[in-house]
Amino acid sequence: MKALKILILLFFAGIMIFAASDLPNRGDQENLMHAEESITGTVVKGTYFIQNAYRDARTPNMVTVVLGDYRSIDTFGEQVVIYTAGLITLLILRKGRRRMTP
Amino acid sequence: MKDPFQSPIVLLGARLLSPYIMVFGWYVIFHGHYSPGGGFQGGALLAASLLLIRVAGGSRLAELQIREFATTPLAVIGVAIYFATGLAAVAAGGYFLDYELLPIPGMEPAWLRYTGILIIEVGIGLAVMAILVMIYDNMVRGEDYG
Amino acid sequence: MIFAVELVIWQLELVIYLFLALSAIVALEVRDLLVAVVMMTVFSFLMALLFIAMGAIDVGFTEAVIGAGVTGILFVVVVYQTSRKSKD
Repeated sequence: MKALKILILLFFAGIMIFAASDLPNRGDQENLMHAEESITGTVVKGTYFIQNAYRDARTPNMVTVVLGDYRSIDTFGEQVVIYTAGLITLLILRKGRRRMTP
Repeated sequence: MKDPFQSPIVLLGARLLSPYIMVFGWYVIFHGHYSPGGGFQGGALLAASLLLIRVAGGSRLAELQIREFATTPLAVIGVAIYFATGLAAVAAGGYFLDYELLPIPGMEPAWLRYTGILIIEVGIGLAVMAILVMIYDNMVRGEDYG
Repeated sequence: MIFAVELVIWQLELVIYLFLALSAIVALEVRDLLVAVVMMTVFSFLMALLFIAMGAIDVGFTEAVIGAGVTGILFVVVVYQTSRKSKD
């Protein structure tokens, strides 16, 4: 059983290495992912963010502008998710604490 | 653990390290416009500095920092700062979270966006810090791990 | 942007990958659960180093703070509240 487990793991590792060998090089500016226009000729949306982030918000860090300004409702949903997780731990675990330590 | 042991070396190390981690957390929050970082990472650093004292010193020492009942209102304040920033833009006649219309007089629209990003980063940091400390306080159930 | 290609040091990344696999295997196979938690934080830290080597500095920062800091503390609390030895 243990040999079968190791065999399955090696098989999937081989599949993933074979799949990763076809990926483009990191930092390749000829790659289609980093192009300003897509294949169909439309301008990629991220181009606007990269070119105009400093002009819009006077902030050199582009990631902060995208997370806090252009996609701020996404960040708001993320914060509500974290808040809900905290409230659920409060609701599940608080009752047991009162019973354990009177 | 029924018999908690107090190690003075661990406590001294935690007390020496915790204020610097907290200062670095505030630096990451307020310097997030110019360097990697932001509200989430800074809030997690603040929570790490609080949890270090809670693990090393027990709940009696932790009561001097942030008490257990204070974490839930801090989380609510953090979420409310973010939501109130969005509602202020709505009240000024724009879209939700449109920082150009925040009611701060004497600023260009670009610098208003800068200020709006800074305000919501502080809100995220407070909420993340309070929630991580709240999860720890609810998990230990009043026991000490000295 | 030629410098992004120049910054890839594949020897360093190979060493990090080897230690990553080693820490993952140790965390799975060890009996003492406290050692498993420590090896998991080592895994998270090496993962953060890999993210930074790939250029994703924000993701690496988050991984280093959350994975190697707060999650380790929460798992230590869980280990102390349940049994320390693994039956598997």
